[in-house]
Amino acid sequence: MEQFALWDLIVNILVGAMIAATPLVLAATGELVAERAGVLNLGVEGMMVVGAIAGFSAVIATGSAALALLAAVVAGSAMALLFAVLALTLRANQVASGLALTMFGLGLSALWGQGYSGLSAPAFPRLSVAGLGDLPVVGKLVFGHDLLVYLSLALVAAVAWALARTRLGLVVRAVGENHDAAYTLGYPVIAVRYLATLVGGAMAGLGGAYLSLVQTPLWVERMTAGRGWIALALVVFAAWRPWRALAGAYLFGGITVLQLHSQALGLKVDAQLLAMLPYLATIAVLVAVSREGVRLRLNAPACLGKPFYATA
Amino acid sequence: MGPMFTRLGRLAMAVLIATLVAASLAGPPALGQSKAKVSFVYVGPIGDHGWSYQHHQGLLALQKEFGDRIETSFVENVPEGPDAERVIDQLAASGSNIIFTTSFGFMNPTVKVAARYPNVKFEHATGFKQAPNLATYNARFYEGRHVIGLIAGKMTKTNLVGYIGSFPIPEVVMGINSAYLAAKSVNPNVKFRVVWVSSWFDPGKETDAAKALVDQGADILMQHTDSPAPVKYAEDKGIFAFGQSSDMAQFGPNAQLTAIVDDWRPYYIRRVGALLDGTWKSGDVWDGIKQGTVALSPWSKKIPPDVVAMAGKARDAIAAGTLHPFTGPINKQDGTAWLKARETASDKDLLSMNFYVEGMEGALPK
Amino acid sequence: MPRLEARPQPSRLMFYATPLIAILFTLAAGGVLFALLKKPPLEALALIFIRPLTSVRGLAELTVKAAPLILIAIGLAAGFRAGVWNIGAEGQYTVGALAGGSLALAVYPVTGWWLLPLMSLAGIIGGAAWAAIPALLRSRFNANEILVSLMLNYVAVFLLGSLVHGPLRDPDGLNFPESRLFQTALPLIVPGTRAHVGFVVALIAALVAWVLMEWHLLGFQIKVLGQAPGAARFAGFSEPRLVWLCFLVSGGCAGLAGLFEATGPVGQLVPALPAGYGFTGIIVAFLGRLHPAGIVLAGLLMALTYIGGETAQISMSLPSAATAVFQGMFLFFLLASDLLVNYRVRWRSHTQPAPAGHTVPDMALPRSTSAQPSAQPGE
Repeated sequence: MEQFALWDLIVNILVGAMIAATPLVLAATGELVAERAGVLNLGVEGMMVVGAIAGFSAVIATGSAALALLAAVVAGSAMALLFAVLALTLRANQVASGLALTMFGLGLSALWGQGYSGLSAPAFPRLSVAGLGDLPVVGKLVFGHDLLVYLSLALVAAVAWALARTRLGLVVRAVGENHDAAYTLGYPVIAVRYLATLVGGAMAGLGGAYLSLVQTPLWVERMTAGRGWIALALVVFAAWRPWRALAGAYLFGGITVLQLHSQALGLKVDAQLLAMLPYLATIAVLVAVSREGVRLRLNAPACLGKPFYATA
Repeated sequence: MGPMFTRLGRLAMAVLIATLVAASLAGPPALGQSKAKVSFVYVGPIGDHGWSYQHHQGLLALQKEFGDRIETSFVENVPEGPDAERVIDQLAASGSNIIFTTSFGFMNPTVKVAARYPNVKFEHATGFKQAPNLATYNARFYEGRHVIGLIAGKMTKTNLVGYIGSFPIPEVVMGINSAYLAAKSVNPNVKFRVVWVSSWFDPGKETDAAKALVDQGADILMQHTDSPAPVKYAEDKGIFAFGQSSDMAQFGPNAQLTAIVDDWRPYYIRRVGALLDGTWKSGDVWDGIKQGTVALSPWSKKIPPDVVAMAGKARDAIAAGTLHPFTGPINKQDGTAWLKARETASDKDLLSMNFYVEGMEGALPK
Repeated sequence: MPRLEARPQPSRLMFYATPLIAILFTLAAGGVLFALLKKPPLEALALIFIRPLTSVRGLAELTVKAAPLILIAIGLAAGFRAGVWNIGAEGQYTVGALAGGSLALAVYPVTGWWLLPLMSLAGIIGGAAWAAIPALLRSRFNANEILVSLMLNYVAVFLLGSLVHGPLRDPDGLNFPESRLFQTALPLIVPGTRAHVGFVVALIAALVAWVLMEWHLLGFQIKVLGQAPGAARFAGFSEPRLVWLCFLVSGGCAGLAGLFEATGPVGQLVPALPAGYGFTGIIVAFLGRLHPAGIVLAGLLMALTYIGGETAQISMSLPSAATAVFQGMFLFFLLASDLLVNYRVRWRSHTQPAPAGHTVPDMALPRSTSAQPSAQPGE
């Protein structure tokens, strides 16, 4: 630590937090869209892990980062489609369908990935603006990331804008808030929910691909290691608001990285207790946020998880 | 009830007991068998490129060695919880002659199943409970850690070695101490920083930990977790690392200096051979570099020749038995004496090690 | 274009036929999967579904694996019916095992007939206490119970890890992260096997749940709360009381299941004790259609796929990933076929108006129960 300035340390922790958080940002924002439309898909973990192997196998086959991302998006959406058919068309229970999707996804990715263990992906393209990356502090913090970090931020902005300011966003919210009323108004409830679910799957797939292409550019079974569940928690934590989901993911990533850094600094810590910290912090923040009461309640999509039956 | 009867009864009882004891101690008469069914229980997937992968290499080597004489089966991804005993029991019930249970957490389940199937042989890796039909085996990984500690001590420029730990159990603590003592012996200024990730396997978190260590100035990474993620991270950062369990050079052709490879093949071939020719006996085996169970993958070209020579010499000395990585004088972290000059650590001390040696920074989590 | 039409009454025939339909579909899809993996499909299916049922040992193992699933699912089902979303059974299971196990370790090596009942009680209390946290945070601070109970799963698992690495570690265990073996064990019900009383307790729990749900006012209140919260309030049922009750019951069942696993099949506290039972229990609850009898069958069926999957791995090296895919498909088909109970498929457009309302209970997230202004959620 001696040879490192405090600023460097802080920047390093922040950069580390962004890397740890980006898969969560992507998956949570996608799930947020689905939930805003009233669909509770607990299969995020399964969609992420399938996205991870899809992206990885594509980059091995083609060497192209763009095609790898595309493959992850397609695979994540395909998983979401499976869920949508089950939960929206066939009206199966959403909670159970989501859990089954996760089980299926973990198995499928392991089968798919059998030939890919031991390979590693080429380096993922980074933003390089001449000279800017070398600026002190801001250089690393703002200009030094891989492209997916910027893409994730752009997607959060796009989702926030679309939900709040576009007609489609209004329809999505209406469907999530009161599907019967939306149906009466002539909105295609099921179609909108399909779309939102697929967006959720696509972004979960991207989140998984971030793990297998950028964070640890290799494939290992079950490499998502529970991040899909955290993404689900973040959506509720964020009270269904995209920017809050981003902040929550960065907070979560920050706590995770901070505890690793504090160990690396040689501070006395209990690894097990520290590993609990992000979860306890999430509960604490949740309680604090929920005490605002009304605001949180107003944001919860009222029809979340409810099946829709067209009665006319 | 005359005394005669009592005496006869006693005699009969004594004979009976003697027979039972003899039978239970000796097992079935030492006859060879022409065919055997060999089973393995793995804690992870065989594609983990680490612990379970290496045990599976052992199974494949058995197939090659014994061909038609054995039939093999395995169950992968068996959690060390409530399901373990069922899986082991099922293997025993389905006619296995010998079952290798390859993770510490399978210890008590293996003990229980072994008691139910006295005619089946069991071998449990890394545990400490034996029975007439249950042997234990382990590898002296700390011997390999000594060698990589020497290399790290010589090659670090920042004098900071980053160590990614899983859980603070003796196995892991022993490795840290062994590597640190070796590194310090060639570089008095070297420091170790340990980050515990509370998982044997979480590539993302292992990478985050590697990043945190590198951010603190570590320029060489060691790990006691199973995924190749830290080696891959070192490769991308242009620094050095050591592979764990298996040769991870494919993940870090430039980064990996060498890897501590668990090579279970010689042991498995020996034990199944003993089963087939009827000489299998229970016991506790703790093999190391000498027997080939702990191996070091080929040195990287990045290691200077004098360091290669030093590392090779240390490896050979350990194999020859002339060098013990824990040779006194060694103090514990708090300054109390542990080993006197020229005293070497007992196996029992090693297997219950829950302290850092003098000079290590940070507290060992309890 | 096929379209769905609500049945006026749930179909009795379909109620019993759909699981069979699902099994047929699963057999077909599984056969294709196994053929793709170059394993003989029929043999693989027979290994998974039939082989474990052909021996006493296999049947006994079935009860061992199913017992915690049934016990947890029974507890959860009451809450799910009321729209109380406890998805923290994994954590409650863990804390239950921890509480009961710590008790045994605290008095070690003293033992007696009283120990196991006391441990069971501690297990129930431990699980219920862990479930009380989301109940409290929901009723007091309006914190979403799904999130809190989910987070507490992780906390519980780390808590167990922390304790068995520390204070509960076996003093004679060479510092390995495991507790001592307990001085007592669950009684076995079939000598020579591992079948233990946990299965009997699970069946009794199912029976009690059935009686309560069908015949007792409480069951009625729970159903009303789940299907029509407004009506429940109107009828004067205390919602917070029912929420608390659902959490405590499901937490207690999960805690007891955890204790049974710790004292039965495992015999000690180990870090890997939580083996996903809490999550699988949720699936079992829904597969059993939240009905006690259905849950018992669903628990046994789930257990069969686990045990059968292992059999197939042992006998024909079917990868464990293939078993997971197969289980996933099986669940998909089971869940999908449920549709036929409440709906019929019409292949031509049909003019008859469907009855308003439907008989499927809404498995919806609980809405906040206070009167809500119908404001637009703003961003």
